[in-house]
Amino acid sequence: MSNEELERQFQEKIDNEIKIEPRDWMPDAYRNLLIRQISQHAHSETVGMLPEGNWITRAPSLRRKQILLAKVQDEAGHGLYLYSACETLGVDREDTIDDLHSGKAKYSSIFNYPALTWADMGAIGWLVDGAAIMNQIPLSRCSYGPYARSMVRICKEESFHQRQGYEIMTHLANGTPEQKAMAQDALNRFWWPAMMMFGPSDNDSKHSAQSMKWKIKRFTNDELRQQFVDATAPQAELIGLKVPDADLKFNESTGHYEYGEMNWDEFWQVVNGNGPCNKERLDARRKAKEDGMWVREAAAAYAKKQEKKEKRA
Amino acid sequence: MSENANWPLWEVFISSKAGMSHKHAGSLRAADAKMAIENARDVYTRRSEGTSIWVVKTNEVFASDPNDADAFFDPANTKAYRHPTFYVIPDGVKNM
Ligand SMILES: [Fe+2]
Ligand SMILES: [Fe+2]
Repeated sequence: MSNEELERQFQEKIDNEIKIEPRDWMPDAYRNLLIRQISQHAHSETVGMLPEGNWITRAPSLRRKQILLAKVQDEAGHGLYLYSACETLGVDREDTIDDLHSGKAKYSSIFNYPALTWADMGAIGWLVDGAAIMNQIPLSRCSYGPYARSMVRICKEESFHQRQGYEIMTHLANGTPEQKAMAQDALNRFWWPAMMMFGPSDNDSKHSAQSMKWKIKRFTNDELRQQFVDATAPQAELIGLKVPDADLKFNESTGHYEYGEMNWDEFWQVVNGNGPCNKERLDARRKAKEDGMWVREAAAAYAKKQEKKEKRA
Repeated sequence: MSENANWPLWEVFISSKAGMSHKHAGSLRAADAKMAIENARDVYTRRSEGTSIWVVKTNEVFASDPNDADAFFDPANTKAYRHPTFYVIPDGVKNM
């Protein structure tokens, strides 16, 4: 069959909402786009454990410790589902991880901001996981089967993440003036980075059109960002916190919030490695791999030995 | 990375309760079967999704070829008489 014919059948399947599975024919560009997107998504989940993991021992109560530990553990699982989905496209997980460590592959810029106070655990759960949910719900209908299925599982687990964060913010906002100020400060620092999680504005997004045609993406960056503002602004208001955007206002006629201009210079600075924590995050990931290598080698050696023993018996 | 540290890939199947069949849940890497089962518990049953786990090395799974699916499953397509709805029976018949 000619390439054009294969490509036509492929697009027809996608148009008819039939999932593409690992051993089906697919254009190289589709495969490469997915490898890039899924591996970067996986990296975001694992790097995302770092700012929160750092607070587990400092959480203010046993209840909060248990919750945070469970959340961070979920994120490790999310990373694993995604690396596995990525491997079905014919890449080795370790190679994609090495691309992260060498700086070749990106991850979500939000994790390059530091988590300075306990309130940041609230802001991250509420805003960062909240934004992640907005992104991930449409991805659970993505045309590539393994990616879509891992998203279904992730979305199920994700909703507790957002709620526990909002609960932290609610408690602080109803607490002492110092606690409320701490919550407001966290919102001030995380609002804009969370808004930027949806990526560049539609006019500057280079992969959008092709992604939409292949049904990897279902909504544009700006559409998702709008959904996020519409959902989140009233949640802030409900607990008496103020979104740090002087231009934010509800437009009665459209039924949507209008919001101010984003600082895209900052966005590109952080994407390109100059955020407050880029170096620290990558160093931590590299160190984890290097320090854990002897465990991997020992377990592999043990498994080989056991196998030999079994064969002899 | 050294060859020795690269653990094989396993497919994970989970039965959600006794009497139910095992369903594919996902895959993971582990050095041996015992570790694969323990990792599967930690990754795929954190919210009591399972009562039993099977793991199979991915490279020991043999599958039909998706490109031949039409021809391969063709023999069943023309045998409507294998389905109960194929048969015409009188209205009003009971217990059938
Ligand atoms: Fe996650
Ligand atoms: Fe999460």
